[in-house]
Amino acid sequence: MSAPADALALPRRAARGRRRRGGPAVGGALATAYLSLVVLIPLAAVVAESTTGGTAAFWHAISGAQAFAAMRFTVIVSLLVVVVNIVTGTLIAWVLVRDEFPGKRIVNALIDLPFALPTIVAGLVLLALYGPRGPAPFDIGFTRIAVGLALAFVTLPFVVRSVQPVLMELDREMEEAATSLGARPRTVFARIVLPNLVPAIAAGAGLAFARALGEFGSVVLISGNIPFKTEVASVFLFGQIESDNRAAAAAVSVVLLVLSFVLLLFVSWLSTRGQRRAR
Amino acid sequence: MQFMYFIGMTTTPKQVLFALTVLGLAVALAGCGDSATSGGGGSSKLSLVAYSTPKEAYEGIIPAFQKTPAGKGVTFSQSYGASGDQARAVIAGLPADVAALSLEPDITKLVKENLVAADWNSTPTKGIVTRSLVVIGVRPGNPKHIKGWEDLVKPGVQVLTPNPFTSGGARWNVMAAYGSQIVQGRTDAQAQDFLAKLFKNVVVQDKAARDSLQTFTSGKGDAIISYENEAITAQQKGEKLDYVIPDQTILIENPIAATTKAGPKAKAFIDFATSAAGQKIFAAKGYRSVIPALVDKQKYPDPPGEFDITKFGGWDAVMKKFFDPTKSVMQKIEAGLGVSTG
Repeated sequence: MSAPADALALPRRAARGRRRRGGPAVGGALATAYLSLVVLIPLAAVVAESTTGGTAAFWHAISGAQAFAAMRFTVIVSLLVVVVNIVTGTLIAWVLVRDEFPGKRIVNALIDLPFALPTIVAGLVLLALYGPRGPAPFDIGFTRIAVGLALAFVTLPFVVRSVQPVLMELDREMEEAATSLGARPRTVFARIVLPNLVPAIAAGAGLAFARALGEFGSVVLISGNIPFKTEVASVFLFGQIESDNRAAAAAVSVVLLVLSFVLLLFVSWLSTRGQRRAR
Repeated sequence: MQFMYFIGMTTTPKQVLFALTVLGLAVALAGCGDSATSGGGGSSKLSLVAYSTPKEAYEGIIPAFQKTPAGKGVTFSQSYGASGDQARAVIAGLPADVAALSLEPDITKLVKENLVAADWNSTPTKGIVTRSLVVIGVRPGNPKHIKGWEDLVKPGVQVLTPNPFTSGGARWNVMAAYGSQIVQGRTDAQAQDFLAKLFKNVVVQDKAARDSLQTFTSGKGDAIISYENEAITAQQKGEKLDYVIPDQTILIENPIAATTKAGPKAKAFIDFATSAAGQKIFAAKGYRSVIPALVDKQKYPDPPGEFDITKFGGWDAVMKKFFDPTKSVMQKIEAGLGVSTG
């Protein structure tokens, strides 16, 4: 036990001598430990599980027609939902920051509710409203559109919440300067506002995409789970788990994880580049 | 992604060591917790781990058991969920004295892990606690005139059944449909073709039986393949649906078993649940009793072409042939849905 005790004692001693070094050292260690316990080890276990049957089994699991169709549909519908989110999310953030209207605070608080509502309830509510017996004049229950709608519901806050603070801090003088130099509102938005928002939009879009890829609760009821039509990847792998084919479920998860990771890395690169340019 | 920067820039070997120490402590703590809670059996507290459908029945059976001499002072903890999930949870360490699951393969999983004795089904009721039939639920008044299985494969008939890979219970439905053909003298290949045709008419494959019923009552579909007890429960709750018992259908048998580490009270509870007193409570929820004399033949008629799972060599053989997720009859049928519809 002497070595770990030493390691525990060290940050304290170091903190006295070099204050600046001590704080972040302890913080970094705690962050590492926490991330390991909560994120890294579980993810590593998923990857390990996916390879239990060997690479051939892994490949077989993800290249099966039904698995591939489910993943393709999930990726496409998630991308579409992200595009919708980019437009509507930015618009909502703009309205919340730049416009004044009665009840603005309440609307602002409403944005986060899709996070609070259990997703299975979200699916049920959407089905009750827009399904075969709903009051809406159309019935989109158990269709691909319904899947997109459920995903749009649960991912709504991401873009809004990442764009909003940036928009609030945005220096209005730049816009005013541009206007005084004769730029039309559209040009001001396209040349001044939008470039400043791109990193925030990208960050929100990345999170929304990752969330949509793995979403289960809100889509499992409303999708109808018809293979090759409305079956999403998470429901497909749920079936694999229920049929005791955990390796295949893990393999499909790994594909989704890698896709998310690549996209999030890209977004991270995009936003750091944007920040550097902003400075 | 900013956290990656954070770690990348500040981590030193000593910090990694520190992190590992924290991890080690956490794992050790988790380990202690595990060994402390995994006792369970022997005391007068019983952990019932069951699938969700009979929840209301057990909520009646438990207090009735506690009023008997054998059940005096016995307290219960109850866990309900999907049958397969419950079996996996028990294997992963969920304390259980009594396991009441929807189909035998889920108990077999526990037998393989030595959590349930291999002779669990040597009780007077052969390890079975409830019975039911696979039936066809229809809209009130049966507007599509659905009388039997053949009506479900007609063009334009929208059928609901849960997905047999996500729902253990849906496997009863598949075997009922398949068996209906075998009983009528068709060959294995013809019966498989029938299944394929049937699944072309399935418009929603929900993940579980209850979800499927929810979908049906929300207005989707002309017919739902379900269980007699579920249809009766739905009617009791005021849902508008009728059901027909097809001339050929499968007898559903749901198992119950005590775990190997359970005390004598677990057996006493199972004895009570399978006794006349316990079976009457199940019957009130629409189940068919495991005691034949208790079944009201007026309300629960036996269809002429009734069969059970032994007709196909038992669950072990059926699971392999029909429900293997990588290579089986149903896997091929599900994959075939992509071929015809693009």
